[in-house]
Amino acid sequence: MGQPSVDTIWDWLDQVPDPEIPVISLVDLGIIRDVKWEGDTLKVAVTPTYSGCPATSVINFDIETALRDRGIEKLTLTQQLSPPWTTDWLSDKGKAKLEKYGIAPPSPKGEPERCPNCGGHNLERTSQFGSTPCKALWRCRDCLEPFDYFKCI
Amino acid sequence: MADNALFQFLLRMGDNSLILGHRVSEWCGHSPVLEEDIALANTALDLIGQTQFWLGLAGEVEGKGRSADDLAFLRDAWDYRNVLLCELPNGDFGQTLMRQFLYDAWASVMMGRLMTSSDERVAAIAAKASKEVAYHVERSGDTVVGLGDGTEESHARMQAALDYLWPYVGEMFDSDEVDAAMVKAGIAPDPAGLREEYDALVGKVLGQATLTIPTDTFHHKGGRTGYMHTEHLGHLLCSMQWLQRAYPGATW
Repeated sequence: MGQPSVDTIWDWLDQVPDPEIPVISLVDLGIIRDVKWEGDTLKVAVTPTYSGCPATSVINFDIETALRDRGIEKLTLTQQLSPPWTTDWLSDKGKAKLEKYGIAPPSPKGEPERCPNCGGHNLERTSQFGSTPCKALWRCRDCLEPFDYFKCI
Repeated sequence: MADNALFQFLLRMGDNSLILGHRVSEWCGHSPVLEEDIALANTALDLIGQTQFWLGLAGEVEGKGRSADDLAFLRDAWDYRNVLLCELPNGDFGQTLMRQFLYDAWASVMMGRLMTSSDERVAAIAAKASKEVAYHVERSGDTVVGLGDGTEESHARMQAALDYLWPYVGEMFDSDEVDAAMVKAGIAPDPAGLREEYDALVGKVLGQATLTIPTDTFHHKGGRTGYMHTEHLGHLLCSMQWLQRAYPGATW
Protein backbone atom coordinates (compact mmCIF):
# COMPACT_ATOMS: atom_id res chain seq x y z
CA MET A 1 0.00 0.00 0.00
CA GLY A 2 1.35 3.44 -0.90
CA GLN A 3 1.27 6.42 1.40
CA PRO A 4 -2.18 8.00 1.76
CA SER A 5 -2.11 11.57 0.48
CA VAL A 6 -2.10 14.49 2.87
CA ASP A 7 -5.62 15.37 1.64
CA THR A 8 -6.80 11.90 2.57
CA ILE A 9 -5.33 12.30 6.06
CA TRP A 10 -7.16 15.63 6.43
CA ASP A 11 -10.41 13.85 5.43
CA TRP A 12 -9.79 11.18 8.04
CA LEU A 13 -9.11 13.77 10.73
CA ASP A 14 -12.29 15.58 9.71
CA GLN A 15 -14.14 12.44 10.81
CA VAL A 16 -12.67 12.54 14.33
CA PRO A 17 -15.21 14.26 16.61
CA ASP A 18 -14.22 16.76 19.27
CA PRO A 19 -14.56 14.80 22.55
CA GLU A 20 -16.47 17.58 24.32
CA ILE A 21 -18.61 18.82 21.45
CA PRO A 22 -18.97 15.74 19.25
CA VAL A 23 -21.05 17.44 16.54
CA ILE A 24 -17.93 19.14 15.20
CA SER A 25 -14.69 17.54 14.07
CA LEU A 26 -11.16 18.34 15.13
CA VAL A 27 -10.65 19.91 11.70
CA ASP A 28 -13.79 22.05 12.18
CA LEU A 29 -12.36 23.23 15.48
CA GLY A 30 -9.24 24.47 13.70
CA ILE A 31 -6.78 22.79 16.04
CA ILE A 32 -5.05 20.63 13.40
CA ARG A 33 -2.36 23.03 12.24
CA ASP A 34 -0.28 20.90 9.91
CA VAL A 35 -0.22 17.47 8.30
CA LYS A 36 2.84 16.31 6.40
CA TRP A 37 4.93 13.31 5.50
CA GLU A 38 8.59 13.26 6.38
CA GLY A 39 9.89 10.15 4.69
CA ASP A 40 7.70 7.32 5.95
CA THR A 41 6.65 9.23 9.12
CA LEU A 42 3.42 11.17 9.29
CA LYS A 43 3.68 14.39 11.27
CA VAL A 44 0.59 16.06 12.67
CA ALA A 45 0.81 19.39 14.51
CA VAL A 46 -1.98 20.12 16.99
CA THR A 47 -2.60 23.33 18.93
CA PRO A 48 -4.53 23.46 22.22
CA THR A 49 -7.71 25.54 22.42
CA TYR A 50 -7.18 26.64 26.04
CA SER A 51 -3.96 25.98 27.98
CA GLY A 52 -5.64 23.78 30.55
CA CYS A 53 -8.36 22.19 28.44
CA PRO A 54 -8.71 18.66 29.81
CA ALA A 55 -9.78 17.43 26.37
CA THR A 56 -6.27 17.99 24.97
CA SER A 57 -4.88 14.60 25.95
CA VAL A 58 -8.06 12.84 24.82
CA ILE A 59 -7.82 14.63 21.48
CA ASN A 60 -4.25 13.41 20.95
CA PHE A 61 -5.33 9.90 21.84
CA ASP A 62 -8.28 10.07 19.41
CA ILE A 63 -6.06 11.33 16.57
CA GLU A 64 -3.59 8.55 17.15
CA THR A 65 -6.31 5.91 17.30
CA ALA A 66 -8.02 7.15 14.14
CA LEU A 67 -4.79 7.18 12.15
CA ARG A 68 -3.47 3.87 13.46
CA ASP A 69 -6.81 2.21 12.72
CA ARG A 70 -6.31 3.25 9.11
CA GLY A 71 -2.88 1.70 8.94
CA ILE A 72 -0.58 4.60 9.74
CA GLU A 73 2.33 3.05 11.57
CA LYS A 74 4.87 5.81 11.98
CA LEU A 75 3.20 8.83 13.49
CA THR A 76 4.48 11.85 15.38
CA LEU A 77 2.10 14.27 17.10
CA THR A 78 3.57 17.63 17.99
CA GLN A 79 2.11 20.42 20.05
CA GLN A 80 2.25 23.76 18.27
CA LEU A 81 1.65 26.76 20.54
CA SER A 82 2.31 29.57 18.11
CA PRO A 83 0.32 31.21 16.65
CA PRO A 84 -2.20 30.71 19.46
CA TRP A 85 -5.54 29.15 18.58
CA THR A 86 -8.31 31.54 17.66
CA THR A 87 -11.99 30.96 17.04
CA ASP A 88 -11.39 32.52 13.61
CA TRP A 89 -10.11 29.05 12.66
CA LEU A 90 -13.48 27.40 13.24
CA SER A 91 -14.80 26.22 9.89
CA ASP A 92 -18.09 27.61 8.54
CA LYS A 93 -19.37 24.06 8.46
CA GLY A 94 -18.41 23.73 12.12
CA LYS A 95 -20.11 27.00 13.08
CA ALA A 96 -23.34 25.90 11.39
CA LYS A 97 -23.22 22.55 13.19
CA LEU A 98 -22.64 24.25 16.54
CA GLU A 99 -25.70 26.43 16.11
CA LYS A 100 -27.87 23.51 15.04
CA TYR A 101 -26.65 21.65 18.14
CA GLY A 102 -27.76 24.55 20.37
CA ILE A 103 -24.42 26.29 20.92
CA ALA A 104 -24.23 29.86 19.62
CA PRO A 105 -21.09 30.08 17.44
CA PRO A 106 -18.41 32.71 18.18
CA SER A 107 -19.06 36.12 16.79
CA PRO A 108 -16.49 38.90 16.25
CA LYS A 109 -18.58 41.34 18.28
CA GLY A 110 -17.85 39.19 21.34
CA GLU A 111 -21.40 38.05 22.00
CA PRO A 112 -23.86 35.67 20.33
CA GLU A 113 -25.61 36.89 17.17
CA ARG A 114 -28.89 35.25 18.09
CA CYS A 115 -30.46 32.59 20.29
CA PRO A 116 -29.60 29.18 18.80
CA ASN A 117 -33.04 27.90 19.85
CA CYS A 118 -35.52 30.55 18.68
CA GLY A 119 -33.33 33.04 16.80
CA GLY A 120 -34.24 35.81 19.25
CA HIS A 121 -31.98 38.81 19.77
CA ASN A 122 -33.01 39.70 23.31
CA LEU A 123 -30.10 38.01 25.08
CA GLU A 124 -28.24 38.26 28.37
CA ARG A 125 -25.05 36.73 29.70
CA THR A 126 -25.43 34.70 32.88
CA SER A 127 -21.76 33.70 33.27
CA GLN A 128 -18.48 34.47 31.55
CA PHE A 129 -17.60 30.78 31.80
CA GLY A 130 -19.47 27.58 31.01
CA SER A 131 -19.22 23.81 31.09
CA THR A 132 -15.94 23.81 29.13
CA PRO A 133 -13.19 26.46 28.92
CA CYS A 134 -14.32 27.48 25.43
CA LYS A 135 -17.89 28.40 26.37
CA ALA A 136 -19.89 31.00 28.31
CA LEU A 137 -23.46 30.82 29.61
CA TRP A 138 -26.17 32.97 28.05
CA ARG A 139 -29.94 33.15 28.24
CA CYS A 140 -32.57 34.20 25.73
CA ARG A 141 -35.19 36.57 27.14
CA ASP A 142 -37.57 35.73 24.28
CA CYS A 143 -37.84 31.96 24.66
CA LEU A 144 -36.34 31.98 28.20
CA GLU A 145 -34.00 29.12 27.31
CA PRO A 146 -30.42 29.11 28.60
CA PHE A 147 -27.74 28.28 26.03
CA ASP A 148 -24.00 27.90 25.60
CA TYR A 149 -22.05 30.49 23.65
CA PHE A 150 -18.73 29.52 22.09
CA LYS A 151 -16.43 32.31 23.32
CA CYS A 152 -14.67 34.37 20.69
CA ILE A 153 -10.91 34.50 21.23
CA MET B 1 24.67 31.41 34.26
CA ALA B 2 22.39 32.57 31.45
CA ASP B 3 20.58 29.23 31.37
CA ASN B 4 20.28 29.15 35.14
CA ALA B 5 18.77 32.64 35.15
CA LEU B 6 16.30 31.58 32.46
CA PHE B 7 15.46 28.51 34.54
CA GLN B 8 14.81 30.70 37.59
CA PHE B 9 12.69 33.10 35.55
CA LEU B 10 10.59 30.23 34.17
CA LEU B 11 10.15 28.79 37.67
CA ARG B 12 8.85 32.16 38.83
CA MET B 13 6.34 32.30 35.99
CA GLY B 14 5.26 28.68 36.39
CA ASP B 15 5.12 28.72 40.19
CA ASN B 16 2.94 31.84 40.17
CA SER B 17 0.34 30.20 37.97
CA LEU B 18 0.64 26.81 39.68
CA ILE B 19 0.21 28.06 43.24
CA LEU B 20 -2.54 30.55 42.38
CA GLY B 21 -4.23 27.93 40.17
CA HIS B 22 -4.20 25.45 43.04
CA ARG B 23 -5.55 28.05 45.46
CA VAL B 24 -8.40 28.95 43.12
CA SER B 25 -9.18 25.27 42.56
CA GLU B 26 -9.83 24.96 46.32
CA TRP B 27 -13.13 26.75 45.64
CA CYS B 28 -14.37 23.95 43.43
CA GLY B 29 -17.73 22.88 44.84
CA HIS B 30 -17.75 25.64 47.49
CA SER B 31 -18.56 28.85 45.63
CA PRO B 32 -21.55 31.02 46.53
CA VAL B 33 -23.40 30.23 43.29
CA LEU B 34 -23.01 27.70 40.50
CA GLU B 35 -21.89 30.22 37.87
CA GLU B 36 -19.09 31.45 40.11
CA ASP B 37 -18.04 27.90 40.90
CA ILE B 38 -17.71 27.18 37.19
CA ALA B 39 -15.90 30.45 36.57
CA LEU B 40 -13.35 29.84 39.34
CA ALA B 41 -12.76 26.25 38.23
CA ASN B 42 -12.20 27.41 34.64
CA THR B 43 -9.82 30.15 35.78
CA ALA B 44 -7.87 27.59 37.83
CA LEU B 45 -7.78 25.29 34.82
CA ASP B 46 -6.29 27.99 32.59
CA LEU B 47 -3.66 28.75 35.23
CA ILE B 48 -2.70 25.09 35.62
CA GLY B 49 -2.52 24.80 31.82
CA GLN B 50 -0.17 27.76 31.64
CA THR B 51 1.87 26.12 34.40
CA GLN B 52 2.40 23.05 32.23
CA PHE B 53 3.95 25.24 29.55
CA TRP B 54 6.14 27.32 31.88
CA LEU B 55 7.36 24.44 34.02
CA GLY B 56 7.69 22.16 30.99
CA LEU B 57 10.03 24.70 29.42
CA ALA B 58 11.81 25.21 32.77
CA GLY B 59 12.59 21.50 32.92
CA GLU B 60 13.81 21.56 29.32
CA VAL B 61 16.08 24.56 29.98
CA GLU B 62 17.43 23.01 33.17
CA GLY B 63 18.43 19.93 31.17
CA LYS B 64 18.27 17.42 34.01
CA GLY B 65 15.31 15.53 32.64
CA ARG B 66 12.74 16.99 35.06
CA SER B 67 9.19 17.26 33.72
CA ALA B 68 6.56 19.86 34.65
CA ASP B 69 5.02 17.24 36.96
CA ASP B 70 8.38 16.58 38.64
CA LEU B 71 8.82 20.29 39.29
CA ALA B 72 5.28 20.68 40.61
CA PHE B 73 5.14 17.65 42.86
CA LEU B 74 8.71 16.89 43.89
CA ARG B 75 9.94 20.23 45.22
CA ASP B 76 9.48 21.50 48.74
CA ALA B 77 8.40 24.98 49.83
CA TRP B 78 11.89 26.53 49.81
CA ASP B 79 12.36 25.66 46.13
CA TYR B 80 9.20 27.48 45.06
CA ARG B 81 9.62 30.85 43.37
CA ASN B 82 6.07 32.24 43.29
CA VAL B 83 5.31 35.68 44.72
CA LEU B 84 3.75 35.56 48.18
CA LEU B 85 0.47 37.02 46.88
CA CYS B 86 -0.30 33.76 45.05
CA GLU B 87 -0.01 31.53 48.12
CA LEU B 88 -2.14 33.62 50.50
CA PRO B 89 -5.29 31.88 51.74
CA ASN B 90 -8.55 32.34 49.84
CA GLY B 91 -10.35 34.09 52.69
CA ASP B 92 -13.89 34.92 51.67
CA PHE B 93 -15.08 35.10 48.07
CA GLY B 94 -14.30 38.81 47.92
CA GLN B 95 -10.72 38.31 49.08
CA THR B 96 -10.22 35.56 46.48
CA LEU B 97 -11.47 37.82 43.69
CA MET B 98 -9.41 40.77 44.92
CA ARG B 99 -6.28 38.59 44.95
CA GLN B 100 -7.21 37.36 41.48
CA PHE B 101 -7.64 40.88 40.16
CA LEU B 102 -4.35 42.10 41.65
CA TYR B 103 -2.59 39.15 40.00
CA ASP B 104 -4.52 39.23 36.70
CA ALA B 105 -3.68 42.90 36.23
CA TRP B 106 0.03 42.13 36.64
CA ALA B 107 -0.20 39.06 34.40
CA SER B 108 -1.98 40.99 31.65
CA VAL B 109 0.80 43.61 31.56
CA MET B 110 3.56 40.97 31.86
CA MET B 111 2.21 38.68 29.11
CA GLY B 112 1.85 41.65 26.79
CA ARG B 113 5.57 42.40 27.20
CA LEU B 114 6.66 38.77 26.99
CA MET B 115 4.96 38.33 23.63
CA THR B 116 7.92 40.17 22.10
CA SER B 117 10.51 38.09 23.99
CA SER B 118 13.72 37.23 22.13
CA ASP B 119 13.09 33.62 23.16
CA GLU B 120 10.47 32.23 20.78
CA ARG B 121 9.32 29.62 23.27
CA VAL B 122 8.64 32.27 25.91
CA ALA B 123 6.87 34.46 23.35
CA ALA B 124 4.66 31.55 22.25
CA ILE B 125 3.56 30.71 25.81
CA ALA B 126 2.90 34.39 26.54
CA ALA B 127 0.83 34.80 23.37
CA LYS B 128 -1.26 31.80 24.37
CA ALA B 129 -1.62 32.88 28.00
CA SER B 130 -2.37 36.52 27.19
CA LYS B 131 -5.73 35.62 25.62
CA GLU B 132 -6.77 33.76 28.75
CA VAL B 133 -5.41 36.43 31.07
CA ALA B 134 -7.33 39.16 29.21
CA TYR B 135 -10.52 37.22 29.89
CA HIS B 136 -9.59 36.67 33.55
CA VAL B 137 -8.84 40.32 34.27
CA GLU B 138 -12.12 41.38 32.67
CA ARG B 139 -14.02 39.07 34.98
CA SER B 140 -12.06 39.68 38.20
CA GLY B 141 -12.12 43.44 37.53
CA ASP B 142 -15.90 43.41 36.96
CA THR B 143 -16.42 41.42 40.15
CA VAL B 144 -14.21 43.74 42.20
CA VAL B 145 -16.26 46.70 40.93
CA GLY B 146 -19.55 44.89 41.56
CA LEU B 147 -18.67 43.97 45.12
CA GLY B 148 -16.70 47.13 45.97
CA ASP B 149 -19.44 49.39 44.72
CA GLY B 150 -22.12 47.09 46.11
CA THR B 151 -23.73 46.89 49.51
CA GLU B 152 -22.26 48.30 52.71
CA GLU B 153 -21.28 44.77 53.71
CA SER B 154 -19.64 43.83 50.40
CA HIS B 155 -17.85 47.18 50.23
CA ALA B 156 -16.41 46.73 53.73
CA ARG B 157 -15.23 43.21 52.90
CA MET B 158 -13.56 44.31 49.65
CA GLN B 159 -11.81 47.20 51.39
CA ALA B 160 -10.59 44.79 54.09
CA ALA B 161 -9.36 42.41 51.36
CA LEU B 162 -7.52 45.23 49.60
CA ASP B 163 -5.95 46.41 52.87
CA TYR B 164 -4.76 42.84 53.59
CA LEU B 165 -3.47 42.08 50.08
CA TRP B 166 -1.97 45.41 49.03
CA PRO B 167 1.32 44.91 50.96
CA TYR B 168 1.89 41.81 48.80
CA VAL B 169 1.54 43.67 45.47
CA GLY B 170 4.97 45.31 45.55
CA GLU B 171 6.87 42.01 45.30
CA MET B 172 5.63 41.53 41.72
CA PHE B 173 7.72 44.55 40.72
CA ASP B 174 10.96 43.69 42.55
CA SER B 175 14.07 43.16 40.42
CA ASP B 176 17.23 41.17 41.05
CA GLU B 177 20.14 39.65 39.12
CA VAL B 178 17.86 37.08 37.47
CA ASP B 179 15.75 39.89 36.02
CA ALA B 180 18.87 41.78 34.97
CA ALA B 181 20.05 38.72 33.04
CA MET B 182 16.61 38.39 31.39
CA VAL B 183 16.62 42.05 30.37
CA LYS B 184 20.14 41.73 28.96
CA ALA B 185 19.14 38.71 26.87
CA GLY B 186 15.94 40.43 25.72
CA ILE B 187 13.91 37.56 27.15
CA ALA B 188 11.82 39.43 29.73
CA PRO B 189 11.28 43.01 30.91
CA ASP B 190 12.48 44.50 34.17
CA PRO B 191 9.46 43.97 36.48
CA ALA B 192 9.92 47.47 37.89
CA GLY B 193 9.08 48.82 34.44
CA LEU B 194 5.58 47.30 34.57
CA ARG B 195 4.50 49.31 37.59
CA GLU B 196 3.23 52.40 35.83
CA GLU B 197 0.93 50.49 33.51
CA TYR B 198 -0.20 48.31 36.40
CA ASP B 199 -1.00 51.26 38.65
CA ALA B 200 -3.02 52.91 35.90
CA LEU B 201 -5.13 49.77 35.32
CA VAL B 202 -5.55 48.90 38.99
CA GLY B 203 -6.19 52.51 40.00
CA LYS B 204 -8.96 52.82 37.43
CA VAL B 205 -10.77 49.65 38.48
CA LEU B 206 -10.38 50.23 42.23
CA GLY B 207 -11.63 53.78 41.71
CA GLN B 208 -14.75 52.46 40.00
CA ALA B 209 -15.08 50.02 42.87
CA THR B 210 -15.07 53.00 45.30
CA LEU B 211 -12.16 51.40 47.16
CA THR B 212 -9.17 53.21 48.65
CA ILE B 213 -5.63 52.02 47.92
CA PRO B 214 -3.56 51.98 51.14
CA THR B 215 -0.91 54.69 51.18
CA ASP B 216 1.76 52.71 53.07
CA THR B 217 4.42 51.64 50.56
CA PHE B 218 5.88 48.79 52.66
CA HIS B 219 5.77 45.43 50.90
CA HIS B 220 6.41 41.82 51.89
CA LYS B 221 8.90 39.84 49.85
CA GLY B 222 10.81 36.58 49.78
CA GLY B 223 8.63 34.42 47.54
CA ARG B 224 10.09 35.02 44.09
CA THR B 225 13.66 34.77 45.43
CA GLY B 226 12.80 31.76 47.60
CA TYR B 227 14.27 33.55 50.62
CA MET B 228 11.21 32.99 52.78
CA HIS B 229 7.67 31.97 51.93
CA THR B 230 4.69 32.48 54.23
CA GLU B 231 3.60 29.62 56.46
CA HIS B 232 0.65 29.11 54.10
CA LEU B 233 2.68 27.57 51.26
CA GLY B 234 3.67 24.46 53.21
CA HIS B 235 0.04 23.71 54.02
CA LEU B 236 -0.94 24.18 50.39
CA LEU B 237 1.81 21.80 49.23
CA CYS B 238 0.76 19.22 51.85
CA SER B 239 -2.54 18.96 50.08
CA MET B 240 -1.31 19.41 46.49
CA GLN B 241 1.62 16.99 46.79
CA TRP B 242 -0.07 14.46 49.05
CA LEU B 243 -0.20 11.65 46.52
CA GLN B 244 3.47 11.84 45.55
CA ARG B 245 4.47 12.04 49.20
CA ALA B 246 2.34 9.06 50.22
CA TYR B 247 3.20 6.98 47.15
CA PRO B 248 6.55 8.24 45.82
CA GLY B 249 6.87 7.81 42.06
CA ALA B 250 3.22 6.85 41.60
CA THR B 251 2.03 7.25 38.01
CA TRP B 252 -1.47 7.50 36.59
